[in-house]
Amino acid sequence: MKPLLLWSDVLIYILVLALCLFFLRLRRDPQTREHWRRVFSTRLGMVTFTLILVYVGIALLDSLHFRRALEPVEGAQSSEVFYNNQVTSALDVMLVGMGERFERTYSAPFALKSFAKQNMKDENGLLYRDFPLLDHAGRHLSKPAERWADVVARTLWALVFGLLISAVLVGVQWAFLRRSALPWYASWATQTVVICLAVWLVLISRYYHVLGTDRGGVDVAYQSIKGVRTAVLLGTLATLIMLPIAVTLGVMAGYFKGWVDDVVQYLYTTMSSIPGILLIAASVLLFQVYIDLNPDFFSTGMEKADARFIALCFILGVTSWSSLCRLIRGETLKISQLEFVQAAHAFGVSHSRIVMRHILPNVVHIILITFVLDFSSLVLAEAVLSYIGVGIDPAMGSWGNMINSARSELSREPVVWWTLSGAFFFMFVLVLAANLFADLVRDAFDPRTGSGVAPA
Amino acid sequence: MTGQSTVVMQVQNLRVKALETGDTILNGVSFELKAGEIFALVGESGSGKSVTSLAAMRLLPTALGITDGEVRVAGLDLLELPEADMQTVRGERVAMIFQNAMSALNPVQMVGEQVAETLRLHTSLRGGALRRRVMQLFAEVGIQSPDERYGFYPHQLSGGQQQRVMIAMALACEPDILIADEPTTALDVTIQQQVLALIRGLTRSRQLAVLLITHDMGVVRNTADEVAVMYRGEIIERAPVDTFFRNPKEAYSRRLIEALPDLTDFHSAFEGEALLQLDDVKVHFPIRKGILQRITDYVRAVDGVSLSIGRGETYALVGESGSGKSTLGRAILNLDRISAGKISFQGLPIHSLNRRALLPYRKKIQVIFQNPFSSMNPRLTVREIIREGVDSLMGLPVAEREQRISALLERVQLGAEFSQRYPHELSGGQLQRVAIARALAVEPELIICDEPTSALDVSIRAEVLDLLEELQSEFGVSYLFITHDLSIVPGLAHRVGVMQSGRLVEQGTAEEILTRPQHPYTQALLASVPRVDAAWSPDSIKE
Repeated sequence: MKPLLLWSDVLIYILVLALCLFFLRLRRDPQTREHWRRVFSTRLGMVTFTLILVYVGIALLDSLHFRRALEPVEGAQSSEVFYNNQVTSALDVMLVGMGERFERTYSAPFALKSFAKQNMKDENGLLYRDFPLLDHAGRHLSKPAERWADVVARTLWALVFGLLISAVLVGVQWAFLRRSALPWYASWATQTVVICLAVWLVLISRYYHVLGTDRGGVDVAYQSIKGVRTAVLLGTLATLIMLPIAVTLGVMAGYFKGWVDDVVQYLYTTMSSIPGILLIAASVLLFQVYIDLNPDFFSTGMEKADARFIALCFILGVTSWSSLCRLIRGETLKISQLEFVQAAHAFGVSHSRIVMRHILPNVVHIILITFVLDFSSLVLAEAVLSYIGVGIDPAMGSWGNMINSARSELSREPVVWWTLSGAFFFMFVLVLAANLFADLVRDAFDPRTGSGVAPA
Repeated sequence: MTGQSTVVMQVQNLRVKALETGDTILNGVSFELKAGEIFALVGESGSGKSVTSLAAMRLLPTALGITDGEVRVAGLDLLELPEADMQTVRGERVAMIFQNAMSALNPVQMVGEQVAETLRLHTSLRGGALRRRVMQLFAEVGIQSPDERYGFYPHQLSGGQQQRVMIAMALACEPDILIADEPTTALDVTIQQQVLALIRGLTRSRQLAVLLITHDMGVVRNTADEVAVMYRGEIIERAPVDTFFRNPKEAYSRRLIEALPDLTDFHSAFEGEALLQLDDVKVHFPIRKGILQRITDYVRAVDGVSLSIGRGETYALVGESGSGKSTLGRAILNLDRISAGKISFQGLPIHSLNRRALLPYRKKIQVIFQNPFSSMNPRLTVREIIREGVDSLMGLPVAEREQRISALLERVQLGAEFSQRYPHELSGGQLQRVAIARALAVEPELIICDEPTSALDVSIRAEVLDLLEELQSEFGVSYLFITHDLSIVPGLAHRVGVMQSGRLVEQGTAEEILTRPQHPYTQALLASVPRVDAAWSPDSIKE
């Protein structure tokens, strides 16, 4: 086994760490703490936050990559170990080979036979054409009619397991948090549901394809789960690339005014008058050409896909800062006219200190709100970009690619609906959770809606 | 003024509670309004005077509820009427005008149209007759050339004109009762005077019953017939105006009256070396136009001001809003660049110094702003706010800084326990004390006080002014006191300068300016200062 560090793996861990540090720092300010309390004192806040954490957890697990050692070839002389070209992650291990049970092509959820007919030979060597049995679904059944009884029995077992595991996990939390005033029970209920679902999915997908398989015979449930990492990483990374640009330029424009303001305004008006998709598509294609011309830089297909992915995040980040920049510029203009900033000038406080102490803390609520709101819109943007073919490399699981392939599947008769549904379900839950959470954050932090905040 | 006038509105035992907390907001308020008389309800912010009028009109915010009492208008109890009938009462019997006319007028509609709208709702006037009626109303409230003003939008009118439009709108339906909630607070003194005279005149000519809500004793003195003092949701004293001012019964009322200026007691003129010297200072802001942002003209905010302030002296700079007095303060602080002239501090020119060279002077010249809520960063504690200047300008060891802050808080009568609080936990008066402590922290020699008391209630205003004066005798600081309110000048300033549109029209000792003003503008300002002379009679104001 050989660990493999992709650039995006490093980034996602740094990001999560940085976010944790940022929030720890924010916690020191009692006003901010009060705001967060408001967010988490609602059941909805707890549920959505737990869901977001589950997604982030999946993304983190999926970012521990390694390459498996190959069995030594019979008769090989050297003791050199060769590694599989296929990159595996900790998540794959936890899913117990869910991604390795390939079929030949499409199959419906819980189906025993393939979706497409195929030429086969019977015992007598006669050629006939029928739906073949699947390689990895229902092989343990003696009669096809037992299928649903079997599914129910296994579901019940999985439920028992799931409840046991969640009882242990929730029990530990309960021991520590039972005196807390926050509605933790909402989070615990969500955790129980998520754990039961996960256990059920892992156990039952050894015998069935829960969400069927796609054209290449890959399990759709597996693909959807792999899409989580892409979406979470893209959402956070692109936002975090955009934030410093927007905040720096916005604060500079609003604080220094004059020619600095002119330049920044010129930049973002120019930026926002170019169609976004055109700009992004051109940049992605440019980078694709670079990858194709320098194949030596990347030892596995996964690394190539990863490079393209990071480029995409970067491009999305660099092209989407104008609206936040505009907001921050306006707010800074307002704040820098306020008397406490004037007083700081009168005390001879340096520009950098005024910005750090007086301006930035007072625009943080805008940054936070934008961060959470943009996250969901970027996840959706990925789907759109992959749909027009300039998104994530197909080698990397992504919901956008799944939706893209569903284009032709939906026009088939009978229709292949499960690829789209799988991607849709996972994306829907994430975006809905993020949006609801963003709403709560905005309500708590926006001084205009907040009640406990002093007029600025 | 006399007993024969008919009672038009009777409020009895009105009680209001906050629904959520159960706090009592109004505790049994009773009074009556008589035709042709002005009844003034006086009190500081939070005393419940506005709630009284809103409750009587059933316009309370949803968080408050009326628990008891009755409001009788022409035999009807307003609190029992169905909402639909209440609508007609509000328009046709009782009219209201508010403090901020600009926000009460629709900014995208012509003012004439807005008045016509009200008439259309409540009368059958249409077309030419309607327009004529609006003109007539405009003329009655003293809007000049009403024909032209009809098509103006609210932003094209001055604050006083806007308030006149509001009054015209209120009078449109011939109400019997007018409720005026702080109608002149947002206006300059000279304009305030005219609007009050108008209200007074209308009261007499139309036999209106007026409920005047105000915090300003001067306004009461000059306008009202009868006065009631509100304190914490109750009317604690009620009397005809003359009796009230001659012989207030409650200690609280006396405090309110004492906050009025005494135009007989002045600081003596001051002799001493000049600390700050301004020579023909000009601050011009360019007006840029067109694609190339060419400078087409200048706003002459300050246009040639010369003055000098001695050590330990208080110089009051008086003028109305827009006269350039705040800009001058900012120019002395070097927050705005001056376009011409010379500012010297202790004989050395400081207007052309760069950021670094200016640092020693930053320590010596400090500032206190008008609005205590916006002059503190809401995200810092009181300790951090005061420390800012100490950190930046004084090279003190950390332990000493802490000590200094605690001592300062003690000195401005706040106590060390305030140091960990945030600005929103403090009242306006307390915040202004923090602002004073912040300015004092760097041991300045000159403090520029930019309207430091105009956002405060009357009784707190006096405390803050007293504190400033004590600190002056203790530390020997000089003040440049920027204010629009001549009434606080006598007890405070050694010398006075009067500013009008960027120029200093008159300056001299406080006594000279307040007793023998030369310039007509100073005379106008002085005439509008409310006073409590026994000889003063409200009817002597000319319209």
